[in-house]
Amino acid sequence: MTMLADMLAAMTSPATGGKVPQGAGLMMLVPALTLLGVVLCTLCAIFRVKNKLPAWISVGCLVGSFVAVAATYAGFDGGAKIAHGFEWITFHWSDAPVSGGKASFVANFSFYIDSLTLLWMLFVTGLATLIALYASEYMSHDVGTGYCRFFVAFCLFVFSMACLVMGDNMLLLYLGWEGVGLCSYLLIGYFYKKPSAVAAAKKAFIMNRIGDLGLALGIMLTFVHFGSIEYTVIFEKAKPYLAAMSEGRYGDIPTMVKVIPLLLMVGAFGKSAQLPLYVWLPDAMEGPTPVSALIHAATMVTAGVYLIARTYPLFLLSEWALPIVAWVGTLTAFLAATIGMAQFDIKRIMAYSTVSQLGYMFAGLGVLASTGAAFHVFTHAFFKAMLFLSCGAVMHGFAGQLDLRKLSGVAFMKGWGIVGIAMFVGCLNLAGFPFTAGYFSKDMILAEAFTTPGMAGIGWVLLLTAGLTAYYTFRVFFRVFVGPKYYEPGDEVHAHADHGHDSHGHDGHAKDSHGHGEHAGDHAGGHGGGHGGGHEFHPHAPGWAINSVLAILTVATIAAAGAYFLKPADGGHGGWVGGMVHSSSAAFESPFAHHGAEGGAEGGANGGAGQAQGHAGGLPSAFRTGEAGHGGTFLGWDPHKVMYYVSAVVGAVGILAAFVLHYAGRTTAARSRADGLLPMVGGVSRLAQRKWLVDELYDALVRKPLWVLSNVFHLIDKLVVDGLVDLAGFIPRAVGGSIRPAQSGVLHGYALGMAGGLALFLVIVLLVTFA
Amino acid sequence: MMWLLAQAGHPAAMHEATLAHYLFVAVAMFVIGVIGFLTRRNLIVMFLCTELMFLAAGIAAIAFGRFWLDYTGQSLVIFVVTVAAAEAAMALALVVLLFRKRETLSAEAWQELKG
Repeated sequence: MTMLADMLAAMTSPATGGKVPQGAGLMMLVPALTLLGVVLCTLCAIFRVKNKLPAWISVGCLVGSFVAVAATYAGFDGGAKIAHGFEWITFHWSDAPVSGGKASFVANFSFYIDSLTLLWMLFVTGLATLIALYASEYMSHDVGTGYCRFFVAFCLFVFSMACLVMGDNMLLLYLGWEGVGLCSYLLIGYFYKKPSAVAAAKKAFIMNRIGDLGLALGIMLTFVHFGSIEYTVIFEKAKPYLAAMSEGRYGDIPTMVKVIPLLLMVGAFGKSAQLPLYVWLPDAMEGPTPVSALIHAATMVTAGVYLIARTYPLFLLSEWALPIVAWVGTLTAFLAATIGMAQFDIKRIMAYSTVSQLGYMFAGLGVLASTGAAFHVFTHAFFKAMLFLSCGAVMHGFAGQLDLRKLSGVAFMKGWGIVGIAMFVGCLNLAGFPFTAGYFSKDMILAEAFTTPGMAGIGWVLLLTAGLTAYYTFRVFFRVFVGPKYYEPGDEVHAHADHGHDSHGHDGHAKDSHGHGEHAGDHAGGHGGGHGGGHEFHPHAPGWAINSVLAILTVATIAAAGAYFLKPADGGHGGWVGGMVHSSSAAFESPFAHHGAEGGAEGGANGGAGQAQGHAGGLPSAFRTGEAGHGGTFLGWDPHKVMYYVSAVVGAVGILAAFVLHYAGRTTAARSRADGLLPMVGGVSRLAQRKWLVDELYDALVRKPLWVLSNVFHLIDKLVVDGLVDLAGFIPRAVGGSIRPAQSGVLHGYALGMAGGLALFLVIVLLVTFA
Repeated sequence: MMWLLAQAGHPAAMHEATLAHYLFVAVAMFVIGVIGFLTRRNLIVMFLCTELMFLAAGIAAIAFGRFWLDYTGQSLVIFVVTVAAAEAAMALALVVLLFRKRETLSAEAWQELKG
């Protein structure tokens, strides 16, 4: 209670280092409400609640948090505010004679609210609310302890994400980082009786951990150099370095500072599934679809992008950091697109497309288009969530069937209309069809790639990937949602007569006889054979919760395109999102943004908020060409004007290819014209389908050597360590064994011993006396 | 004794009895006792040897008392002999009990405390 009073008092009095956070105090509601949700859902689990109460609790808490964020946004006037929570970790040791004057380590549970934070929190809380509503119906067959467990982890996830995004120091970010990783593990492994789900959860967590090591080292290095891990202090201390950077004096920046972004990006790659740490994300589709939609499409995987955006000033200080980010993003985007083209499981395809689009975002950050990247995060969150939710509706209705060779014409089936429309809008956005939100956001990144000198290669690869994206996206749409109507139920058919519901991994249900013989794919443990004669399977059309969420998201996705046209408050470019980004730490006004002809030497204007960094005419030297001041071009034209048309054409080509190969002339679900082409590309397609054997490569490079090494250590442990311990036990035994014969039990033996001892004693006395 | 012989006018053909002579007797008695204790198997004989050792020590004590003109030697022996007598009673009682158990007086019958 006193903590609450302290918080309220802190909210209304000048906080440390920031302005009076009158509006930002509301943001404390976000973690408070989500934690409340966690506690209440846990209570539901303890009291064995058997209805949908946990879902309504979660939706209520999340709606509250969204309202709090929206209210804060409405009253926001720019700049950065600190909402002080409570003092969490404060160490002071004075008289430290080390450099940087490190005399304290302060990490408070406070929030750093600027426009970037609000941008992120708006879509995080908004999508979380909608997806919780969706999940209330999707998970409804599991009511009971499993349902409560789901929503506990769900609310905990939103809490961690809030800490991550809103934290004012890197330790709170790390707390949130680990928290989202934990919740991801809990939710991927939700069906814990399924071995593949458990393996996927472990894989996700362990690969995240590898990235977390980089992040932790980066945070430690930040503390060592800057003496603090609070953003305000770091940005303040980085100002002289940024000045040096803008004048091209990279030698004046200490090496330690340049290493920090290289470490931080490892963490970002792990969390956001980029090369080489991306292989966990497709496997993470083992989790329930709401989890895939929220965590692995919209929020957790954008944490890496957020990290880089938030610490953008640090990334600008290293000549190599941003180009590496750009290239890794680009290569990941291309690789994932090629894999996605050859998969048959629609959720997997969407997962690979997530990896690919995240690559776009990283590439955007790397080519100094932080606005484009943020906008793409924003739009991608909406349409990818919508795509996943539509696929989930399909999975829910067809008893777990996700193979696009076994489904067709779903959009025309009764009750599936809204799902079809949602899927169509989502696919248009993902493919970058003109005038959709995805089109504008992808366009921003592509244009910047060609504008920034030295990054044209990235631009070309991204353009090619855009074509591939359009192809595989519409491959899914043309195969599954249109065409002749056909369906086969999936594996999770537990035919009860009254509801053709699926059941995930429940054992011990009475099995009705069923018309179909075998099901392809894996067995959700414990389903034996015994499907005999004739009970019909009916697809289960989505209910009001799913349909309403999909409808809301469709409208929101279409409306998000409008964000491109809203003029930001400070008159910059890039629409509403641009306005949000420019007044935050992620702002970098590239001098090539609008025009190629102007000299780049003058300082770029910036919506001068207190914390905005990184303007002025200079660029990281990796971006420089001989003529500073001439922007890059696309085949001689100004990229900003031309890219609209180019990407539209590329997207159209992709969609046309998908149309020809997968819709035109297709009469069955299983085969299309693409199958006829398969012999021509044979081996390549098979490799792509097997994900370019990357998992097998990791197995051989990492897992096998580790296994061998662990066996070696086991031997050492057994022989050396245990040997030493056994030796320590052996010695007393040996000594005792050698003395034991003296106790023979024979009276004369003892007498002899006594006499002998006496004789020895006398001899010694004699020798001593007469020596 | 020497004095008596000397009064009879008989020349003292032997030496005077010195301390060494008495100690020699005591040591001889002690050694005989030790050897007897170590070699004999009969419990009563073993106890007899311990009594021999006692008395040998007593002789040594008296001899020292005589030659250093100190009563301590004799008084010690009075006490020691008294205690030895009491202890002999106890020991023989134990021997009787042991005999009843094994029907033999041999010390080799008792080896149960073998470690």
